[in-house]
Amino acid sequence: MSAVADTAPQGAAEERSARAPWALTAPALMLFVGVLLIPLAMTVMLSFHDWGQYKGIEPVFILKNWREIATDLYYAEMFWRTFRIALLTTLITAVLGAPEACILNRMSGRWKSFFLLVILGPLLISVVARTLGWALLFGGNSGLLNKALISMGLISAPLPFMFTETGMVVALAHVLMPYMVLAVWAALQRLDPQVENAAVALGAGPVTVLRRIVLPQVMPGILSGAIIVFALAASAFATPAIIGGRRLKVASTLAYDEFLNTLNWPLGAAVAVLLLLVLVLIVVGASRLVERRYAQVFG
Amino acid sequence: MAYLELDQVGKQFGAQTVVDDFSLAVGKGEFISFLGPSGCGKTTTLQMVAGFLDPTRGAIRLEGRDLIAVHPARRGLGIVFQSYALFPHMTAAENVAFGLEMRKVPRTERAERVRSALAMVGLVGYEDRHPRRMSGGQQQRVALARALVIRPSVLLLDEPLSNLDAKLREDMQIELRQIQRTLGTTTILVTHDQNEAMSLSDRIVVMSQGRIEQIGTPQETYERPASAFVSQFLGKTNDFAATIDRSAASARLVAGSWSAAAPAGFTGPVTISVRPERIGFGDAGLAAKIVTRIFQGNYWLFQCESECGPAIVIRQNDGQPQPAEGEAVRLAWRPEDTSLRAGVAE
Repeated sequence: MSAVADTAPQGAAEERSARAPWALTAPALMLFVGVLLIPLAMTVMLSFHDWGQYKGIEPVFILKNWREIATDLYYAEMFWRTFRIALLTTLITAVLGAPEACILNRMSGRWKSFFLLVILGPLLISVVARTLGWALLFGGNSGLLNKALISMGLISAPLPFMFTETGMVVALAHVLMPYMVLAVWAALQRLDPQVENAAVALGAGPVTVLRRIVLPQVMPGILSGAIIVFALAASAFATPAIIGGRRLKVASTLAYDEFLNTLNWPLGAAVAVLLLLVLVLIVVGASRLVERRYAQVFG
Repeated sequence: MAYLELDQVGKQFGAQTVVDDFSLAVGKGEFISFLGPSGCGKTTTLQMVAGFLDPTRGAIRLEGRDLIAVHPARRGLGIVFQSYALFPHMTAAENVAFGLEMRKVPRTERAERVRSALAMVGLVGYEDRHPRRMSGGQQQRVALARALVIRPSVLLLDEPLSNLDAKLREDMQIELRQIQRTLGTTTILVTHDQNEAMSLSDRIVVMSQGRIEQIGTPQETYERPASAFVSQFLGKTNDFAATIDRSAASARLVAGSWSAAAPAGFTGPVTISVRPERIGFGDAGLAAKIVTRIFQGNYWLFQCESECGPAIVIRQNDGQPQPAEGEAVRLAWRPEDTSLRAGVAE
């Protein structure tokens, strides 16, 4: 503390301390406003502008783009597909990720840290590289995955993975699995191990303990993991772009194409804004529901 | 025949012996405490009875049947954990009903038994509360009701009161004792609190470093501690170095200027233990000087420097004048109030 500050009058000191929080958060706040709020507002405004093949973007206020999205079934199909893929991906990550977290939680010391690294490792690799890996595995009719499935006798004819929703869901589930495992693992770590012992002492078998005691307690973890995975899957770009390509578009690749191929920026902006709005609604609604359901129990 | 019997039970974790040669016969309806400092093996022993740990050696029998071969889910024991271990996603009533559900008790009987169990622990009206919305004392009661509602053959209590504040702990002790007396459930309590062990139990098993130091009634362990550890751990005590003087016609036990007729069977240097409340200020006895005098309401606590080292004296506040700080006094006690051990006190 400098001498000046020490001798500053009381009123000035108070005023300064009231300003301090604002002053201290100002850099972050400016960054937030500058790189998020302003571009977002500009995108919203852009979605109301007009566009023509030869005249380009005209800064007027019209509802043309929004009307097109609302009336043309092409867009409805696109959004429906996006959320169907996101939902399936979420289900798969929950069904596979929750047991994965349970197993991880029961491992001891060295094995636990090793497998935690195995699970988190993919996050260190670019999502593009990981998805290209899947593209190699899928690769047409003679892809490794199809060969393996046929030789195991699980299928008789090769399954189409590339440019299909199946392929997209498989790749997205793999890419997003760490988020689910981490969310469930965090919930598992909060469990009191004695609670399981208490259930056993009262006569519960291992299946009952899992179903009646452990699962209900990690449910908030599974649900919060599901919200994260759903949001990331619905807004994913790299994986749908590589697996689905031009042939099978989702909302994010559609917006991308409107921006960079058709050059119809206003329409692309409308698609992007709509995706954002629907996602925010779903995520906020879901977390409200989860919070209300569990506030009494875990609050 | 003993109801619950632990026969030379031992537990190793790697090279470390946590419980060694633990033998105890518990009678039906008895209230036993395992008392000792943390790490003495008392909780490990309880966990072996509960079935969460398997003994390395020895046998545990309940009514003559081998208990170790029985899966913990089928032992039918009631357990109250230190953390209470309530099911956080279930209401109080659901928590209590869980054990009955596992036993396939019909719904109407179940509801009745849950109601009476909650009534027994004084939680009428709390049926639909979740544990997070209850105080520590209330959670403790739910845990107790949940353990007792299945009518367990043995009730195991793992430091159940250690998370409660002092006042509540005292109330719960009285309540626990009353409930246990009423139901007649054989009970084992693990605790590091000597007051708790003394006020609740029929017998105390004092443990140290995995071994039993003494088994006895609270009075026995307090009045006649079997080892220096027991006398130090159970309440305050004064240890004085003493000698047996056999020069005279009748042998004398001498500690400083205090002496008494020596008991048979001891020679050479010995240690005598005297409880502070058994020492009075007299005309003859161990010479001492009062260093501090502390008023505690119903009694006075004196810290003295005596010929045989520091000593503490507790006197009832009976209205009589008490010596002041710095005063020279003589400490006197009856020979029967001493307990004698061979060897010199550390």
